[in-house]
Amino acid sequence: MSQPTHTTERPAVQAPAHPPKPRRPMPLAARILLRTAHVLLLPAVLIGLYAYSTATSGSYYTPTPGLIADAFAELWFSERLLVDVIPSLIRLLTGFTIAAVTGVCLGVVLGVSKGVRATLEPVLEFLRAIPPPVLIPLMILLVGIDDSMKILVIVSGCVWPVLLNTVEGVRAVDPVLADTARCYGLRTTTRLRVLVLRSASPQIMAGLRLALALAIILMVISEMFASSSGLGFAIVQFQRTFAIPEMWAGMVLLGLVGFALTAVFGLVEGRVLRWYRGLRAANRGE
Amino acid sequence: MLKVTALQKIYNGGASAVEAVRDLTFELAEGELVCLVGPSGCGKTTLLKCIAGLMPPTSGTVELAGDSVTAPPPDMAVVFQEYGRSLFAWMSVRANVELPLKEKKLPKERRRELVAQSLEAVGLTAFADSYPWQLSGGMQQRVAIARAVAYEPKVLLMDEPFAAVDAQTRADLEDLIRNIWQRLGVTVLFVTHDIDEAVYLGERVLVLSSSPTVVQDDITVDLPAERDQLTTRQDERFTELRARVYAQIQQAKNSAAPAAAH
Ligand SMILES: Nc1ncnc2c1ncn2[C@@H]1O[C@H](COP(=O)(O)OP(=O)(O)OP(=O)(O)O)[C@@H](O)[C@H]1O
Ligand SMILES: [Mg+2]
Repeated sequence: MSQPTHTTERPAVQAPAHPPKPRRPMPLAARILLRTAHVLLLPAVLIGLYAYSTATSGSYYTPTPGLIADAFAELWFSERLLVDVIPSLIRLLTGFTIAAVTGVCLGVVLGVSKGVRATLEPVLEFLRAIPPPVLIPLMILLVGIDDSMKILVIVSGCVWPVLLNTVEGVRAVDPVLADTARCYGLRTTTRLRVLVLRSASPQIMAGLRLALALAIILMVISEMFASSSGLGFAIVQFQRTFAIPEMWAGMVLLGLVGFALTAVFGLVEGRVLRWYRGLRAANRGE
Repeated sequence: MLKVTALQKIYNGGASAVEAVRDLTFELAEGELVCLVGPSGCGKTTLLKCIAGLMPPTSGTVELAGDSVTAPPPDMAVVFQEYGRSLFAWMSVRANVELPLKEKKLPKERRRELVAQSLEAVGLTAFADSYPWQLSGGMQQRVAIARAVAYEPKVLLMDEPFAAVDAQTRADLEDLIRNIWQRLGVTVLFVTHDIDEAVYLGERVLVLSSSPTVVQDDITVDLPAERDQLTTRQDERFTELRARVYAQIQQAKNSAAPAAAH
């Protein structure tokens, strides 16, 4: 349709001959290398600054990076890994998973049904207002001081961002799309799977991201009470026994755990929300 | 086949009530292709949603093959005016077209065949694996049309389905709709604001008045069944019919003017 003989009211839609191909600007290895350098630059500078200030001041409470690294290697590449780190991580992931499943399921029910929402909302608002750490004394009485207490604390805090975001996402399902699904006779299960959950997925993922950060905090806090193992417990114990480099090594490990979990989450999110990124980019005209 | 009786729809949104449709009565015979024209805002989309069972009318009834429509009936496909919002952004074009067929539990072979045929018919074969947001508005509209066509419905409702495509594609799609209609014997209700299109496509043209809406005129298009973009549009009868529809629409607009003035 390139000949100018055909004038139309609207500009003709010029369809490219092939669907757009994904861009490939650089070989993979080079990209990874560049990205790594990019990521590591600022941490390297910060560690350097810290090393400089500790070397000049020499305070007992701020050991040099070398001392912290030694403590780190000695501590965490030992059986403490099995005693403290792994159980902590298992509790963290269990709590997070339970909170995610509960939050999404309840959120879908609340988002779909106005009646349920009206009934439950006041109660939920109240429960949400309770800071999870204050539940610890109660839970110690109710379920004891074992793993289930700690998992419950994590769940009780993490469930809210997932729940509220899911409700919001489900309520925001496009009415035209919902009509389309009804017209084409999509059954309830299909509708949940391909319409409700997928179109709410940006909000659900945002809720899960918040929940993950909360889960780490609550894991540590729950281990600071009436506990005999775990990362939170270990850090408090080091502090009380003035094992300062070890205390620092615990903090560094926590930071790394958080970083790794967020990175893994980011990968999953990138896959799940690929369409959403594309859609937003298309709307912005990129 | 499709019978609309004394249909009225009042929207009770918030403080004020809007009477979108006052009193519509008409009937479509099985296998008929009817075009619906009317001024913007006269309630064409409202009517279509009531027919599709997506919205209960305030009063009056919709009957499909003798049964009262209260929920979306099976074997009915709808192409929505907001075509872009009616596609699943997280699914490829192919998956969008295939989804209703999967839900109908068609065997895989048949599904593949229908998807390929319908995408071919709307000229989007090369874009089967693209996502809707990678396509232009007109292409998205064609995906929605392909989905409706692949569904092989008995009744096809289309709400200004060619609004976003260029003139050439529009002509091709018009012929496609007539072709499918002749081949499959579907009953089609086609909303358009384009008078030429209504006359070219339809066996009948229903003209709606402006709000409060009634059927202003019901014009039978007595053009030969085989239509051609060039010869049909030059036909003397075509010009006559076109003029009549045009006059009716003008009248519909003007008659509403005093009502809208106060
Ligand atoms: N959900 C709604 N709530 C309240 N009023 C509505 C709603 N939907 C439509 N209306 C009103 O009903 C009337 C008819 O709207 P409708 O969308 O059916 O018109 P239409 O004929 O399809 O117009 P167009 O040709 O512009 O698509 C309009 O006055 C509109 O403001
Ligand atoms: Mg409309």
